[in-house]
Amino acid sequence: QITELCGAKRVGYFGPTQFYVALKLIAAAQSGLPVRIESIKCELPLPRFMMSKNDGEVRFGNPAELHGTKAQIPYLTTEKNSFKRTDDGDKQQETQSPTMSPLASPPSSPPHYQRVPLSHGYSKLWSSAEQMHPAPYEARQPLVPPEGTSSGGPGTKPPRLQASLIRSFSVEREPQDSNSNYPDEPWRITEEQREYYVNQFRSLQPDPSSFISGSVAKNFFTKSKLSIPELSYIWELSDADCDGALTLPEFCAAFHLIVARKNGYPLPEALPPTLQPEYLQAAFPKSKWECAAFDSYSESMPASQQPRDLHRSEKTSVKDMADFPVPIQDVTLDDKQASKNIKDEASPKDVSEDSATPKDSSSLKARPRSRSYSSTSIEEAMKRSEDPPTPPPRPQKTHSRASSLDLNKVFQPSAPAAKSGSLPQPPALPPRPCPSQSEQTSEAEVHPQSSRGPSQAAESSPAKKDIPYSQPPSKPIRRKFRPENQAPENQELPPTVGGPASAPTMKPHPAVQKQSSKQKKAIQTAIRKNKEANAVLARLNSELQQQLKEVHQERIALENQLEQLRPVTVL
Amino acid sequence: MAVCVAVIAKENYPLYIRSVPTENELKFHYMVHTSLDVVDEKISALGKALVDQRELYLGLLYPTEDHKVYGYVTNSKVKFVMVVDASNTALRDNEIRSMFRKLHNSYTDVMCNPFYNPGDRIQSRAFDSMVTSMMIQVC
Repeated sequence: QITELCGAKRVGYFGPTQFYVALKLIAAAQSGLPVRIESIKCELPLPRFMMSKNDGEVRFGNPAELHGTKAQIPYLTTEKNSFKRTDDGDKQQETQSPTMSPLASPPSSPPHYQRVPLSHGYSKLWSSAEQMHPAPYEARQPLVPPEGTSSGGPGTKPPRLQASLIRSFSVEREPQDSNSNYPDEPWRITEEQREYYVNQFRSLQPDPSSFISGSVAKNFFTKSKLSIPELSYIWELSDADCDGALTLPEFCAAFHLIVARKNGYPLPEALPPTLQPEYLQAAFPKSKWECAAFDSYSESMPASQQPRDLHRSEKTSVKDMADFPVPIQDVTLDDKQASKNIKDEASPKDVSEDSATPKDSSSLKARPRSRSYSSTSIEEAMKRSEDPPTPPPRPQKTHSRASSLDLNKVFQPSAPAAKSGSLPQPPALPPRPCPSQSEQTSEAEVHPQSSRGPSQAAESSPAKKDIPYSQPPSKPIRRKFRPENQAPENQELPPTVGGPASAPTMKPHPAVQKQSSKQKKAIQTAIRKNKEANAVLARLNSELQQQLKEVHQERIALENQLEQLRPVTVL
Repeated sequence: MAVCVAVIAKENYPLYIRSVPTENELKFHYMVHTSLDVVDEKISALGKALVDQRELYLGLLYPTEDHKVYGYVTNSKVKFVMVVDASNTALRDNEIRSMFRKLHNSYTDVMCNPFYNPGDRIQSRAFDSMVTSMMIQVC
């Protein structure tokens, strides 16, 4: 009825005008007024829809507000994807007017308004079922029947959940962000969506900090039934570093783009800022990362963690660690690698008993990621080079490790400066954040501090790609150091740990960066060429092997024939 | 700066070909096709030499009155052919080399995409934009 009135039927879709009219009619119907065009002329309370975040009455005031608030609901009617809505009573108090009004004019899709699946209030789609109340959402009778349903007066029933792919698109997840970023609302990942993406990532790849390979991702995304060119384009958008594998933020971005596409959004020309990996990593809830990183980290290195904890030095270092994650996060918020560092730091910090702050844990996040790098030979080289900055008291260690590369000289100039500054004043560390969680002794302490100093400077430098490479090298180096240092470290102070993980990662950055940026670029080009060649060779190899098998079979058949014929001829 | 850019697969069919002036495209296609013979000649010139010894940048394949054709071949025998305006004397060899390097990098990025099957036409928008940036200087 309402759709008829607002002209949607006539036009065939919910255009903006139809939308707004429909919303007003919805509100009118919910407040008991007859569904007529005239009823929308008076001031109406905002229509209430039974959605998790969309509950609560918002003053209707004006059409603009109306558009903003419930714009998404009617879209559902035209959208073939339907979404589950939760029926959380407690969510009813949330008002969406601040978030809705910005939505009134999403610049990204004004022409596609009718297809916008921005159904707010889809929470917990994938989370525990108790909050879900799936109910069919009837487009034609959205409002009148629900009026009498619940006491709270929830509006329309939750939409149907699409069977094939449970993807929903929640827009007003972060009301506080909406005012500033509302143009990107369709591209903003909500908490629930993020949770879902992370779970999916985990199902594909248990370690949330490492990569999903291209083939695995391809199989997974092909299930979304989008066309291959579109999937190819989505991949192009989301694989920011073009390495053929998806990290977790890249995966979330890709997944989000797929969801958007399936819901009718046109794909953007460039990756929206809210989907950039840096943004995603920074905005990602630290607690989740912490748990994920910590789980993976603790699983992978339980033994190593313990010695690190034990070897963690004074509380000052712990304090420093606690302090510097904060500056690290501030500095590296926009830096993808930085957030990786933060991740790395976070996990070791979790292990440490002292540092329990979320910031510490978040800073540990990067560690697992850097670990994943340790496979390539280039990183081995980097590790060797990263290792050098040992404090003067133990020069022999550096030499033993970085035998081939003479980067000690590179590091030492920077290291002593940092160390001198850091040693006398541990509290001054915060300005030099560095994930210096080395399991080593005071040396380790100094390392972190020195690395922290330069690392912070390094964070702001443009060579982002250098950081991940430098991170993993430092980490393995730390681990190797651990057995060496275990004896001397035994006298070390209370276990604190958090540091070791982050320290190695950050340490190498500053000094190495300038020097190795060129190397890295050259290495990257070489990697790309090799990858290409590898792909071709792999295919060729498989083809040849098949041919070989066929030829073998032919040969066997021929030999059999020969044997059968031989007795005849011999005789 | 380039007037026409083409990516030829190992089996000598085009994966991507684009020229700036939309007229006379056939002429450029023909030039690229004939230049393939020169490319083959150059890459087989070393005979049994290892691939590593062969440089990827082939240099000027042949000049015509109006245009010069440059070639570049990758280790997987994918060829890049570039036609530039002969009147553009400011173009130095180094610039051509850097253009080919950029082409190669973009090509590997395209390859990294798991949804790209080698042998398909290249439809990557990033690749397109990169090629456009190389060709856009032509008035």
